[in-house]
Amino acid sequence: MSMRERWPVLLFACVMAAIPLVSGVPPFWIVLLDNIGLSALVAMGLVLLTGVGGLTSFGQAAFCGFGAYTTAVLTTAYGVSPWLALPASLIVSGIAAVILGLVTVRLSGHYLPLGTIAWGLGLFYLFSKLEFLGRNDGVSGIPPLSVGTLKMLDPGTIYFAIWAAVLISAVLTMNLLDSRVGRAIRALRRGHVAAEAFGVQTPRTKLLVFIYAAVLAGLSGWLYAHFERTVNPTPFGAEAGIEYLFIAVVGGAGYVWGGVLGAAIVVVLKEVLQSYLPLLLHAEGQLETIVFGILLVALLQLAPQGVWPWLISRLPFKPVRKQADTSLALPPRPRAAGTPDLLLEVDKARKQFGGVVAVNDVSFDVQAREIVALIGPNGAGKSTTFNLITGVLRASSGTLSVLGRKIRNARPQEIVELGISRTFQHVKLVPDMTVLENVAIGAHQRGHAGALASMLRFDRADEAKLLAEAARQIARVGLADQIDQLAGSLSLGQQRIVEIARALCADPMLLLLDEPAAGLRHMEKQRLAALLRELRDGGMSVLLVEHDMGFVMDLADRVVVLDFGTKIAEGTPDMIKRDPEVIRAYLGAAA
Amino acid sequence: MNSTILLFLIQDGITNGAVYALLGLALVLVFAVTRVILIPQGEFVTYGALTYASLASGQMPGTAKLAVAMGCAAFALDLFTERRALHARKIARAFVVNIVLPCIVLAATFWAASHHAPIPLAIALSLVIVAMIGLFLYRLAFQPLAQTSVLVLLIAAVGCHLAMQGLGLLFFGAEGQRGPVLADAALTVGPLRFTGQSLAVYGITVAFIVGLWLFFGLSLYGKALRATAVNRLGARLVGIRTSLSGQIAFLLASVIGALSGILIVPITTLYYDTGFLIGLKGFIAAIIGGLISYPVTAIAALMVGIVEAFSSFYASNFKEVIVFMLLVPLLLLRSLATPAAVEEEKD
Amino acid sequence: MSALLSVADAHVAYGKVEAVRGLSLDVRDNEIVTIVGANGAGKTTLLNAIMGVLPLKGRVAFAGADLARFEIEDRVALGLSLVAEHRELFASMNVEDNLQLGAFRVGRAQAASAFERVYALFPRLKERRKQLAGTLSGGEQQMLAMGRALMGAPKLLMLDEPSLGLAPIIVADIFRTIGELRRAGVSVLLVEQNAQAALKIADRAYVMELGEFVLEGKAGDVAANARVAASYLGFQHEGASGI
Repeated sequence: MSMRERWPVLLFACVMAAIPLVSGVPPFWIVLLDNIGLSALVAMGLVLLTGVGGLTSFGQAAFCGFGAYTTAVLTTAYGVSPWLALPASLIVSGIAAVILGLVTVRLSGHYLPLGTIAWGLGLFYLFSKLEFLGRNDGVSGIPPLSVGTLKMLDPGTIYFAIWAAVLISAVLTMNLLDSRVGRAIRALRRGHVAAEAFGVQTPRTKLLVFIYAAVLAGLSGWLYAHFERTVNPTPFGAEAGIEYLFIAVVGGAGYVWGGVLGAAIVVVLKEVLQSYLPLLLHAEGQLETIVFGILLVALLQLAPQGVWPWLISRLPFKPVRKQADTSLALPPRPRAAGTPDLLLEVDKARKQFGGVVAVNDVSFDVQAREIVALIGPNGAGKSTTFNLITGVLRASSGTLSVLGRKIRNARPQEIVELGISRTFQHVKLVPDMTVLENVAIGAHQRGHAGALASMLRFDRADEAKLLAEAARQIARVGLADQIDQLAGSLSLGQQRIVEIARALCADPMLLLLDEPAAGLRHMEKQRLAALLRELRDGGMSVLLVEHDMGFVMDLADRVVVLDFGTKIAEGTPDMIKRDPEVIRAYLGAAA
Repeated sequence: MNSTILLFLIQDGITNGAVYALLGLALVLVFAVTRVILIPQGEFVTYGALTYASLASGQMPGTAKLAVAMGCAAFALDLFTERRALHARKIARAFVVNIVLPCIVLAATFWAASHHAPIPLAIALSLVIVAMIGLFLYRLAFQPLAQTSVLVLLIAAVGCHLAMQGLGLLFFGAEGQRGPVLADAALTVGPLRFTGQSLAVYGITVAFIVGLWLFFGLSLYGKALRATAVNRLGARLVGIRTSLSGQIAFLLASVIGALSGILIVPITTLYYDTGFLIGLKGFIAAIIGGLISYPVTAIAALMVGIVEAFSSFYASNFKEVIVFMLLVPLLLLRSLATPAAVEEEKD
Repeated sequence: MSALLSVADAHVAYGKVEAVRGLSLDVRDNEIVTIVGANGAGKTTLLNAIMGVLPLKGRVAFAGADLARFEIEDRVALGLSLVAEHRELFASMNVEDNLQLGAFRVGRAQAASAFERVYALFPRLKERRKQLAGTLSGGEQQMLAMGRALMGAPKLLMLDEPSLGLAPIIVADIFRTIGELRRAGVSVLLVEQNAQAALKIADRAYVMELGEFVLEGKAGDVAANARVAASYLGFQHEGASGI
């Protein structure tokens, strides 16, 4: 953990610690800051869940409820110490998240947020109906937190507990995002098909994020219970749920500190409106809500990505980029002993979509150390064949085998472990991650650090090796200059090359390239062809789909031609160039 | 329970369900074109209903003034955004739509309120006022956010709902109102009695459903609206005025909302916040329809109406818990039944 | 005669970078102009700016009108059309609807004959007319994008990399189609990586590097220029492109 990255956080921590100690700070501000801290915890979880992970949840308030009620009941009815009730609160929130999460993450598209509204409301009503939770009156007389003989009765003392929690959570969250698991999470929104092709388990990752956000909310609930010392259902209902979402979006849904800033803005705004508006306008009625609503819309229009990124873009400092130490070596992918000749065998593979036969009993194979090209007109079934091989689609019939092992039902994550990695016809990179981070996803299944290790920074050695591997592959494909650029800012041709680097990171024995030369100019194609020959000579095989005949005919050892899903020819480039069927269907006027 | 009560409950459920269907359809329409989840739809219902009720009882509704205020703001915004390419025709058009029209309506409303307007005039004015509010709402709150994600649009929608509901309280007070019926006739079939009002509800709902279905499925303008939702840039590249598409969608939604309000306010007392609760049920129906399918939304809305009628008969303590938790497996089933969406995340 | 499209001293920013740096070009009636250049030269940015998708500093005039006051939708109505790099199709609508919307600004009678023309050009589209655009193959989507633009009977069609991802036989078709467009009175501004094919059918050409034009003139002269040949033309595969 470099000091350069962390000094702003340290500075912030010192400033926050100093505030209550300065005399003359109105106690009222301390209460506000306490409330901001409590909301910030929930908002940070939402940032991860919604902003980064793309799973919009309206139900986070319910997890606060779990945390709050658990400690309320344990400390009042069973006399448990509040500090011992903390793990209980977190565990209860976590378990609730597992149960709800298993259903929620299976919901697709709009159904997911709606599902969260549904159970959020359901749980709210549950809290208000259960006898042992005190129904609508809730539980009161909750003991304060205490350290030794010091009881945190005063908002100024529990302030430290709250803000320590916020800072620790922020650091843990930032650590999590800056790791192998973090990359998998960041790929959830716009790149999960690609991520799955490199070993990421999407449902598991979604569940992880869901549980994390719930635990943070539970922590907030626990602190709330010992702050207010009385708990009732009201703060855990729909209104609160929506408000946490505002906070995350206003602050900047994709940014950890956006959650904190958003909490500050919304809490202070509500307070200002409630205190000053009636004085200003001498009017009755819900004026605060009217003005709040209008200000919310105005804020969104001025800073649609959130206030935090808006603020940051105006500050002079540049973001810190990782420097990879390329001397480190990553252990190679485990392989079966011996050097088999037959890498891939496709035997009468067939894929039907309803009445349309996309791949019609196609058979071919790929041997070791060769470059095979798959060519054919549009709609011939080339990308579909790729998808069958890599497990994105399941064959309707026929067999596909890798190293003799049948893979008809295998999922993409298993295929990559067998040594097949790929690029995509439509580039699938995560636009707001750097080239280095995108390429590092390719090595995902060669790393081992889990979420907990990442949060606690025990993954640094593993991570350094992963990044070194990624940096090496980036240099190999000739993009070393772009290594720190955001992938979304590169031209399409360069993005395609990044995908190749990513595929190489998986240490494959067979590389599947879908139109790698599209969008490249002559020099770049030469360089790519040289790279592919080098890979072949080093022991890898390549199966590529391409339309640039000049590129393919000079490069490929063998060519397989598809038309309307059927194989119409196979042979050396010279044979194929002269084949009348191929000329008629694909190449056009004869030489 | 005997068959008469059963029939009554079903009739009750269907009448309410028809209104929920209208609102659900409006929500699906707006979402399809603008990707906005129109939380303030309920406010259109309230505004329509209470404006109508106020006019019918000789009071001046505050909504007419709101329309003028919003119009002025929209005019200012138009001038500001077009400031580099202004010319006389553009300014004149903006002036007429945003300032002149609302002022004329304000004057007409004033006259109508002080002269105990006949029912058709009250209805017409209410529809026009709420239509303008809907149009200006899109222009002021959502058009500037057209390129943002569904989530940001949703939060903006919540902000609009808060502001509009607050304004509703300001204009109409905390007390509820009822409006005069449209038709006094009644029809008796067996044990059931269909009032003219409920017949109007059925008739108008069916007409709207058929109309919307035809419009979006078959007409070029309907397809243009759909195209705007699917790919905004693509729509502009073929010459579709996408900002106009959004305005039309909101106009339709607000008219539907206002009409729904006018249809139910003679049957039930409406308060400044009732609209939201009614809109919520339309929302549930729209969800079950996946925010895409009109027929499923309509059927779901009828089901919601019927379930509601029965559950209020069998009032139970845990009914809300059960209803909301039951929604989750239902959503799961719908989610699994829908084919996997195109991966391109347009958010 | 005055040019159909005339761009003068254009500057376009792409994020923080100036991608187009003070260049001028024009396209006359009934001619095909091509812009060749490497990846990242700014060609796509230029086309997008002419269409109005990106803000352009400088002067753009089309069919006598100063485009500064026109939004994208209105430029389309004037007869300017763009087939964008990402095609921007309506993925969840079918081929026929996509095409029909291409004719949004023209009258119904014209739309009917436009359908015939487009289906004649791209028979594959006619076969798949009820299929959802998002499920078409890459090449078919490209055909649909071009067909949709042609439905509006534009005066000037701007094409951003039309041959990208297309089979050689289809590339031949596309370029033949482009040639036919000129005969039908439509001008074409073509941005292409496949410099060979582009220079063969174009009347005039510009070579773009890092936001500026480094060479311009008749297409034949540009193709014969030694530096261009070395950087952009590469080797020619016999007969494969069928041109």
